[in-house]
Amino acid sequence: MDNSYEIYSINGPVIGVKGRTDLQMSEMVYVGGNNLVGEVIRIDPELTVIQVYEETTGLSAGEKVIGTGHSMAVTLGPGLLGNIYDGIQKPLAAIASKSGAFLTKGVDTPSIDEEKLWDEKILVKKGDKVFPGEIFAECDETPVIKHRSMIPPDISGEVVDAKPDGKYNAVEPVLKVRTDDGAIKEISLSQKWPIKTPRPVKARLPITEPLLTGYRVIDTMFPIAKGGAAAIPGGFGTGKTVVQHQLAKYADADIIVYVGCGERGNEMTQALQEFSELKDPRTGRPLLERTILIANTSNMPVAAREASIYTAVTLAEYYRDMGYNAAMMADSTSRWAEALREISGRLEEMPADEGYPAYLPSRLSAFYERAGYFESLSGKKSSVSIIGAVSPQGADFSEPVTQNTKRFTRTFWALDKSLAYARHYPTINWTDSYSEYLAELTPWYGKNAAEDFIKCRSEIAAILADESKLNEIVKLMGSDVLPDDQKLTLETARVIRLGFLQQDALDPVDTYCPVKKSYKMMKAILNLNYLASEKVKQHIPMSRIKATGCFDRLIKMKTEIADSDVDKIDDIISEQNEIFSSLK
Amino acid sequence: MMIKQYIGLSEVNGSLVALEGVSDCFNEELVELRLSSGEKRVGRIVKIEGDKAFIQVFEGTKEISVSNAMTELKGRPMELALSPEIVGRVFDGMGRPKDGLGDVYPVKKADINGSPINPVKRVYPRNYIHTGISSIDALSTLIRGQKLPIFSGSGMKHNELAVQIVRQASVADNSKFGIVFAAMGVKNDVADYFRRSFEEANVMDRVTMFLNLSNDPIVERLITPKCALTAAEYLAFELNMNVLVILTDMTSYCEALREFSSTKGEIPARKGFPGYLYSDLASIYERAGIIDGADGSVTQIPILTMPNDDITHPIPDLTGFITEGQIVLDRNLEMKGVYPPVNVLTSLSRLMKDGIGKGYTREDHKQLADQLFSCYSNVQDVRSLASVIGEDELSDEDKEYLEFGKKFESEFLTQGENESRSIDETLDLGWSLLRLLPRNSLDRVKEEYLVKYYDKK
Repeated sequence: MDNSYEIYSINGPVIGVKGRTDLQMSEMVYVGGNNLVGEVIRIDPELTVIQVYEETTGLSAGEKVIGTGHSMAVTLGPGLLGNIYDGIQKPLAAIASKSGAFLTKGVDTPSIDEEKLWDEKILVKKGDKVFPGEIFAECDETPVIKHRSMIPPDISGEVVDAKPDGKYNAVEPVLKVRTDDGAIKEISLSQKWPIKTPRPVKARLPITEPLLTGYRVIDTMFPIAKGGAAAIPGGFGTGKTVVQHQLAKYADADIIVYVGCGERGNEMTQALQEFSELKDPRTGRPLLERTILIANTSNMPVAAREASIYTAVTLAEYYRDMGYNAAMMADSTSRWAEALREISGRLEEMPADEGYPAYLPSRLSAFYERAGYFESLSGKKSSVSIIGAVSPQGADFSEPVTQNTKRFTRTFWALDKSLAYARHYPTINWTDSYSEYLAELTPWYGKNAAEDFIKCRSEIAAILADESKLNEIVKLMGSDVLPDDQKLTLETARVIRLGFLQQDALDPVDTYCPVKKSYKMMKAILNLNYLASEKVKQHIPMSRIKATGCFDRLIKMKTEIADSDVDKIDDIISEQNEIFSSLK
Repeated sequence: MMIKQYIGLSEVNGSLVALEGVSDCFNEELVELRLSSGEKRVGRIVKIEGDKAFIQVFEGTKEISVSNAMTELKGRPMELALSPEIVGRVFDGMGRPKDGLGDVYPVKKADINGSPINPVKRVYPRNYIHTGISSIDALSTLIRGQKLPIFSGSGMKHNELAVQIVRQASVADNSKFGIVFAAMGVKNDVADYFRRSFEEANVMDRVTMFLNLSNDPIVERLITPKCALTAAEYLAFELNMNVLVILTDMTSYCEALREFSSTKGEIPARKGFPGYLYSDLASIYERAGIIDGADGSVTQIPILTMPNDDITHPIPDLTGFITEGQIVLDRNLEMKGVYPPVNVLTSLSRLMKDGIGKGYTREDHKQLADQLFSCYSNVQDVRSLASVIGEDELSDEDKEYLEFGKKFESEFLTQGENESRSIDETLDLGWSLLRLLPRNSLDRVKEEYLVKYYDKK
């Protein structure tokens, strides 16, 4: 079949091929002399439209378009971890060593190192029956992660030849399988998978465990589950990127896929540097050994930006199938939506809200549905969690991307500009944010954190809710007119805000907070609130209660008490008890 | 490559002309149009449909008819002639010499579109630039290799501030520094002001200027920042200079883009701006930074005037999403006579956190800055309360905050146009203001620093 055609029209990243073609929808094509990568996005009787994932400067009408017969796919195999890729899985480090500091077009480099030998243990032998997704070989991809090669999802049958344990590269065949229809398939350690098709699983399982992040406000107030999806909307300067970086560093997932989608180049450089220097608190190894970075900065081609989040989620699913809990962070999904809008505009499609195409919600929901807790084909229980940052224009949460993302994610961390102005970080607003996972996770907290963990959390939330009501009055009349019990609510809320919710990512102690410490901190705050309210009932003035210094003491505990000696918080509590018993 | 010529055009629409029967032209190719009057104009191919090419004409299409133009395809993209001689020269918005000193003899020619920097080869910027301006140095520190725009409004003193930054930053930096100045649609007297100020500061021989003034062709504006940044990248990455790029006024640039987009008949997104405004701005702003293997750096200070002082307008909004922070000027402060009228609460430098502190500025810098932000933000709450219940009814602590706010604006923010404060002076000034407030309300600062800086008189 001849699948070579000529370019007819060029309009930015969109090119057209005239007349009837045999190209399929979503087929990957090579365009022009430089073999730029493209994808078919529309087929008319007159014109087949292709979006090109690389810069189209210098392309002429009449140059060749070659179909590949398959859709846009990524290579999955050992050697992905620790790499930094662009949106269509081109390895940036390998490209840099080939072509220098600036990205040039059409550099053809394999996504994973095809020469490197992996010390494989082959787990099947001749005569074995294999099924799709079965793990047939294992190796240490990095010192912390074992790579498990799986039978591709479309192959099952009998092994007719298996290589012994030994060193193999990612592309040479190690197994031969006779499929049920008699064909012989060769299987190597790596496989290709189309990025827009979710990898198959056996079943979707109910959510049971939180994805702990080390952020107090997230882990206690608005948790996300392993297998959950969360949105972080916030205007510029509200700290989306810092939150995403922190999550990538400290979330208790086995694998992190971090996508810089249409964001700043320097941020990706920073992530790359930090992740190679910082040690994983659980394994003591560099974080990069469990991380894959995808960088499609804002000035890189826009169509590849559209592909980048699919590439990322496919990589996450691949490790999920091996039995790992994978988490992917996308910063920012708004840039992805804008890429959709830009391509849609060039196709002259009828726009819906704010120029976005009408299919924006369906694309968003299809993407977020790839998160979940699953039983994989090989029977492992594992998850993909997705955390997407949203950059609403003018910090207006009513815009289409924020609204539609809200519909398809169950945790919503609203970042607040006014908190950013006061340098209250993280700027997660405690009245607008929510987590629908709370009910499903309550048993876990009861069992693993403390029986009354969720009760404490509710009390803290109630005090904050009271404060926001009282603030309405304070704004009009000042706080001096309030009765003492309400003054106490304000004071406790202040301690919660400054001493608990606020958390300094740059402070060596405060940057990560284990659940146990969060719990004890809540206990200390609630204990003080209880003691003080008893005294207020005895008509001891608030000014004297404040003068005990107990409130200010609590604000400093987040930085002064290290994770290793959280029991010191018990001392603070007994100190409070003593001070208040003598207060008359 | 053979140069091809065509007689006549098939369409003229806004700044676009169409040429039919073209074979073998390529996207973004440079085109020269010669009118029958002898005038030459420059354009580039922006869209191809079969044998029809659409050409964007930078000088506009006035006096072009379908029969009076001869089109020549140059067989190359738009390039800028580069050599060490460009320093000290003045060019027009398309990079043609404007100072009567003749053409640049090129050592090298570079495609003005540039190429994205591979994130792997970037060096994360960490060295701060001392500007001598307290509000910037202490609270939104400028870092070498950063892109930090000034968000201003019509009639505010953004030009003065930009000049002061350039003057004072270059004094501190005796190593190889250069300034690239790009004007897009600014008034003649604004361009003159910059030129005069550079001369007075004795830096004119370090400046490369690209001028597209408000009476110059609008479409040319779309090229101006690209030319300027191509020059800046050459100076920084090949001649190892530390280059400060001033781009003013980005609002005019965006408006030119909108005008051009609507002549192309594109579907508009917000406020009529094209859907790709973000990507287009990014292709400008991302051309800043430091790369591995070169000693130089490109630091950008784009200036934009917020239409109607609205920070949520698409231009400042999208800019803020790309740049590494912003310096926001405030009309209320300007009316109070505060210069520079920097609204510190909405201003931000994203790279600040890694470029300050011990070894860079001073150990207490970060916590002091956090404390000043938090106190000044509290001042705003107290002020709004005072406007409801009256100042007299405020609690004593609130009154202290009011006093702090007043002094903060009149002593810390305010400084002379020629006054350059050292970082120690600035930070000590910050501490002296914090002493107006009770010690136990300073919750962002470690005890250690309170003892060391707050308690000493």
